[in-house]
This record gives sequence, structure tokens and C-alpha cells, in this order.
Amino acid sequence: MSTALLEPRVHAPRNYLNAEYGWKSWLFTLDHKRIALLYMVSITFFFIIGGFFAVLMRIQLISPQGAIVQPETYNKLFTLHGVIMIFFFLIPSIPAVLGNFLVPLMVGARDLAFPKLNLLSWYIYIVGGLFTLYSAIAGGVDTGWTFYTPYSSTYSNTQVTAVAIGVFITGFSSILTGLNFIVTIHKMRAPGLTWFRMPLFLWAMYATSIIMILGTPVLAITIFLLALEHLFHVGIFSPALGGDPLLFQHLFWFYSHPAVYIMILPAMGVVSEIIACFARKRIFGYKVVCFSSVAIAVLGFLVWGHHMFVTGQSVYAGLIFSLLSFLVAIPSAIKVFNWTSTLYKGSISYDAPMLYALGFIGLFTMGGLTGMFLASLATDVHLNGTYFIVAHFHYIMVGGAVMGYLGGLHFWWPKISGRLYPNGWAAFAAVIIFIGFNLTFFPQFVLGYLGMPRRYAFYPAEFQVLNVMSSAGASVLGVGYLIPLIYFIWSMRYGPVASANPWGATGLEWQTSSPPPTENFTEIPVVTQEAYAYSAEEQEAKSV
Amino acid sequence: MRFLASFLFQGIPLQPEQASTIAQSVDHLYYFITLVTLFFTFLIFALIFYFMIKYRRRSPDEHPKAIEGSLPLEILWTAIPTLIVAVIFVWSASLYFQNSVAPPGSMEIYVTGKQWMWKVEHPEGQREINELHVPLGRPVKLTMTSEDVIHDFFVPAFRVKKDVLPGRYTSLWFEPTKVGTFHLFCAQYCGAFHAGMIGSVVVMEPDEYERWLGGGVQGESPEAAGERIFKETGCATCHLADGTGPGPSISGVYGHSVRLNNGQTVTADDAYIRESILSPAAKIVEHYQPIMPSFQGQLSEEQILDLIAYIRSVGNENGK
Repeated sequence: MSTALLEPRVHAPRNYLNAEYGWKSWLFTLDHKRIALLYMVSITFFFIIGGFFAVLMRIQLISPQGAIVQPETYNKLFTLHGVIMIFFFLIPSIPAVLGNFLVPLMVGARDLAFPKLNLLSWYIYIVGGLFTLYSAIAGGVDTGWTFYTPYSSTYSNTQVTAVAIGVFITGFSSILTGLNFIVTIHKMRAPGLTWFRMPLFLWAMYATSIIMILGTPVLAITIFLLALEHLFHVGIFSPALGGDPLLFQHLFWFYSHPAVYIMILPAMGVVSEIIACFARKRIFGYKVVCFSSVAIAVLGFLVWGHHMFVTGQSVYAGLIFSLLSFLVAIPSAIKVFNWTSTLYKGSISYDAPMLYALGFIGLFTMGGLTGMFLASLATDVHLNGTYFIVAHFHYIMVGGAVMGYLGGLHFWWPKISGRLYPNGWAAFAAVIIFIGFNLTFFPQFVLGYLGMPRRYAFYPAEFQVLNVMSSAGASVLGVGYLIPLIYFIWSMRYGPVASANPWGATGLEWQTSSPPPTENFTEIPVVTQEAYAYSAEEQEAKSV
Repeated sequence: MRFLASFLFQGIPLQPEQASTIAQSVDHLYYFITLVTLFFTFLIFALIFYFMIKYRRRSPDEHPKAIEGSLPLEILWTAIPTLIVAVIFVWSASLYFQNSVAPPGSMEIYVTGKQWMWKVEHPEGQREINELHVPLGRPVKLTMTSEDVIHDFFVPAFRVKKDVLPGRYTSLWFEPTKVGTFHLFCAQYCGAFHAGMIGSVVVMEPDEYERWLGGGVQGESPEAAGERIFKETGCATCHLADGTGPGPSISGVYGHSVRLNNGQTVTADDAYIRESILSPAAKIVEHYQPIMPSFQGQLSEEQILDLIAYIRSVGNENGK
């Protein structure tokens, strides 16, 4: 993609893309917008690899005997699919790409608080990614992305340590990103931009950053202990060495459950921006939506035990974790109701970003509601470890987080690239992705309820029809994801030139040119209005 | 449409068989949550489509009035979900709570998981691999452990599932209500042939089960095996029955409280006995010295289960 970006544009005004040329101007850049693009290219690369593994998995499961690979290989496929998609695509996706690009623009600053740390975070991410890729080439890893002990620490003969180091290293990149966002949002807001005038995307980034800073160190420690046991046989998790096998799960989920909110909160922020813009309405119950983000971030740390209802943990611990898990559902429900109400008496246009955002609401609603089956103790006993779980978290993480990321990409693409993409194709892709997604994952709810366990390389024949349906849906979904890749690349060279504010959106990022100059704003803007001033009176007040 | 549905779902059941006493009650809760899910999904989808059409942009310079929000509405849609999840929580938690303890008088069967098989030991001494034969209409309690990694014992038709952990005992129980053969799955990823760690639970009429017990190779009962191991491994040398040996007597201990030399009191259950065999120094009985060697690595999980069965049997004889 960089060739089009590197080409000098005749008559194009100076902007961050044409300010400098050559690979050094990218690899040593301190511009948050260029770093965002470095992240965008990197996570797209990892998404394609992770997606390729998913394709192989869905082909394998067409046949009950396993269509193409041996069980050992299948186990490596689902492990690498999970590790790459979660740690190298989903967690960095919206924060590191859209967040990096937009946080300074939205607060009206010239860059993040610590530009050098920002570049460092990308390098850390790349080093972690290379370790993981190395492990994939050097034999792979077969523990599942959850690395449960003692299988991972003492029984697996695969590249557990290399992948663990990769994930460990990458964790620091999220810590640095989170730190940068928190400081920037606290200290660098433009004059007049009070906390409750901030766009909800910033609130979402703020809540996400808190989770990144508080949660990621726990993951780092856990992985460190795992590597210690794997390499030096220090008894921590393996009972044969005197350790506790469940300790790992407690530590792992203490990070990894909040990590789900690292993926979904940013998408909620994106969706709030899009809905407001394309309904031309202030987000209904703005403050309630702000606080629900914070509530999710806090409560998210107290629900890890719901992953462990069937491990033999005490009945009373189960009761408390079940109750807290139900509580965390409430702020999510509130958000959905508020987004829906925002449409009421709005002026709704069906541009592509809006279709992605509405798709997000639909899929997130289904993902969230099916979470109740798993927070509920008696039903979780049956559904835990089955395809029901797989379907549920894909609704949240793919239906939710990826839809949100794509919606954001479509919304801010004119700002990022300075070009417009073909809206018809984009709307078509949104519909295809929505349909393909449901065809892929809905049958998995039924499979799970019928009792098919996850992570099976082959399975009893009675589950075949539903598996074939799911695989067929996956091919539709795959096509859906390819279409945007093509027209985004196309638009960089051939797309019509975008104006500063093609959607008529509010928000400081739309007040500067597209693409923005390196310093973002020639003059630091002053904020006089609340976010989402879309009404006629407010629009007039602004233009005066 | 109906043709399409019947074509699509021909041969695909939408519900697993209900073959245990708890299956139906779990399913009722499942249906309720499904209804809640469908209701809210349709509500949100319907509202979105309705608003999309009703409030579609008719001219490019429409700028509708701002609406700040509505406190009564916020309260309403906080209260309603809270109420609904409260109902589900209480319903579900009480069901889980009721089902967490096996009814007294359950038939006790030992299960050991290892990569990649299930080993089963019946009270009468029958041993089987990847099959579990049980009689109809009698509660069965499984005491389970693993020889290597974490496995998970899952019988979809019974709606029961429990992890099987190395170094610990977990248990689950069920009471079959249907004669037949049901899937037994390992539901916790356990390595290369995780998908092959499947077996079946065979539920038989009680008299047929008796016949099954009588047929085949009659093994030692766990108590008898435990007694033999107790003698052969040298336990009996120190743990004299009258309590005069260097180790405490095992008679009448099981299920009772034991005073330790640090003043604490513990209950002599499966986990305590297992620990005392494998790490004897962890808990020392009052008035005894920490002289017992560890039997870690010398006894298999099955042998330890046999010893526990034996200690339990002498506990029942003398301890009451």
C-alpha cells in the first residue's frame, strides 16, 4: 500500500503523507498518524495470516474425519489463529490504528504526549509478532491461545516458549499505548474541551487504556511464570512439580476477560461517533454512555471466574462470579438502548460506515444476550467448552470488534487517506459481511447446545450438517472481508479526492484538512460546544 | 418455507437428548433465556429498521433537533435488564446449587482421565476403558482425577460436565432416566488426540446391569485392591490398627476430623488422604512424628483411589 502513499502528488497541499518520502521517513517517524498507518499495515498482515488459518480450520471440519490435516496440525491451526487474531490483530486494532490516528486530532493536539514511546510501542509489537511468526514456522504451538497448564508447561512439545515470549513482548506495546492515551487525554485537551464535551470515542479509549495498563502486567507475569516452569521445571502450575493447575487459569483470565473489553470498548466508541454523524443527532444519554464505558472497564476485572465454573471451584465462588457477570451485562444493554434511541427523530443516511455500525449493534446484541447463557451457572455447565462458547465470543469479537473496526475505517478513511472509496461497494461489502458472519457462526450455537466440544479435529458424524453450513458461511464471510481490502487499496490511487469533512461530521478531526498536515492543526482549535452538535441551532452557532 | 426448514433440519435435532433427572430443568432455563434473547434481538432489530425507514434523510440539509436523553427512560432500561438478569441468576444459581451435591446413597464410581482415554473403576471391581455402564434410575457419583493434564468429563445428554484435574479430585453426579448409549466427551483441550478422547455412557435396566456386572472378567473391588496395596506397599507396618505403631491408625478415620500437631483440625476426606500419601509432611497428626516417606511416583492414581476406598471402608466399619 505504501507505493501509492509515497508518490508525490502534484498540487496536493502539504500533509502528513507527502511531507517526507523514503522508508526512513516512515520507520523513524514520530508522527502519530504515520505510526497509525504502520500499525494498520501490520495488523492487516496478521489478520490475513490469522484468517488463512481459519479458512484451513473450516475446510478441515467439512468432514467428520477431518478433511485435510492431521489432528496435531489442526491443533496448531486453532492455536495460532487465536493467538494471532487476539494479540496481534484485535487488541491493537482500534486503539493502535484508529486511536493513534484520532486521539490527538480529537483532543485538538499536535501529537500524543509521548511520540517516541508511541514509535517504540510499534517496534515492540513487531518484535513480538516476529517471535510468534518464527514459532509458527519453527513447528508451531498446540496449546490453544489459552495456554492452559499443565499441558502447556510440562506436556506440550511445541514452541510454547517462543509464542509466550512473543505475547509477553507485545503486551508492553499495549501498556505504552494505554499510557500515552491516558496522559494525552488528561493533559492535552484543547481549550474548552471539557471532559463532558469529549467525543465518546475518547471516553472509550480512556476506559480501554485503563484496562491495558492494569491488566496487561498480570498477563506478562503469568506468561513469565509459565515460561519459568516450561524451561526450568520450577513447580508453579504443574501438580507433578508441586504446583497448582488452576492458578494459571485464575491469573490468565484476570487479564484475558478484561481483554475482551479492550477489544469491544473501542468498537463501542467508534459506533457512537458513526451513529451520531449519520443520524445527525447527539448520542442519546451521552453521560450514561460515558459512565457505562467506565463501569464495564471496572466490572470487567471482577468476572474472570465465570470461565471456571466447571473446574471444581467452590460453589459459592461460582455464585458470586455468576452474579458479577450478569451485572457487567447491564451497562452493555444500556449502551445498545441509547444507540437505538439516538436514531429516533434523526436524519438517517445509509452510507457505508452507518451500515457497519448498525451491523455492529445487531451482532453485538446477539453476542451480549447469548453471554447470559454462560453467565448462568446451570446452563454454563452444559455449554462450557462447546461450540456455543466459540459462537458467543465470535459474535462479540468478530461481529462486534471487527465490525466496529471496519466501520471506523470506512468513517475515517477520507481523513486518513484523503480519498473516497466507492460507497456502493462498501455498502455491499457490509451486507455480505453481516450475512456471511451469521451463516458462519449461528450454526455453531446449535452445535454447542447439541454438545459438540470445541477444539476437535474430528467429530461424530451427527454434527456434520451444521459444520458444513458453518464452513459454507465462512466462505461468504471471507469474500466479504476481501472486498474492502480491494477498494481501499484502489481508492488510494484512484479514489476521488476527499474534502476536509465529507460526512458533515462534528469533531475536531474534521476541522482540519484531509489528510491533515503533520502538525494536525495550523492553529489549535478552541471548543465552544458539546460533542455531536448536529442540530440546526448548534450548526449555526458554530458557523457564526 | 416449511419445506425449506424441513429440508435443512432433516436429521438435525435442535436439542440434545434429555437422559438425566436434571436435563429437563436445565433445558427449561435454557428455553427461558432463549426467549429473552429472541425478544430483545427482535426488539432492537425492529426498532432499528423502523427508525431507519421512518427517519431516513429526506434532504441533505436536514438538521433535526437535539435530544439530550431522558432520565426516566435510562432508569427504565436499567431496571428492566436488571430485573431479568436477577430472575435468571436466582433461577440458575438455585438449580446449580441443588445439583452440586450428589444425593446420599449414590453409587460411587472412580474415573481416571489420561491422554487420551477414560479409565473407569466400579465398586464391584469391574474396570472399563472409554465406556461407563450404569443402571437406570440410580444416582451415580463419579470421583475423578487425571494422571497428566486437565481433562473434562462431559455427557451432553445428562447436561453434566466437570473438569478432571491432575493432583485433585473433582466429582459430579447424575441419575439416568433413559436406557441407551450416550456420548462421553472430553471437553477440555488435552493435546494431540483430544478429539479422540471420547467414549460412551451405557445406561442399562437394573437387572441387565447386574448381569453385566456378573459377566466378563471379575476384577478385584477397589476396597480389596486397596487392602492388598496397603499391605504390599508397607503401609501396614507403621499404621497399625490399634494405633500403637509409628503412624496413626487408619481405622475410623475417614470422614472424621483429625487434630494436627499445629493445633488445626482437618476433615479426613479424599483430598486429605491423597495428600498424606503423596506429601506426608504437609499435615502431621497430633502426637506423631514426620517420618513417613512420600509415595509420589510410586503409586498410580488408580492405586491411590483404591487405597482411599479401603481407608473409607475401614472407616465405616469401626468409626461409627
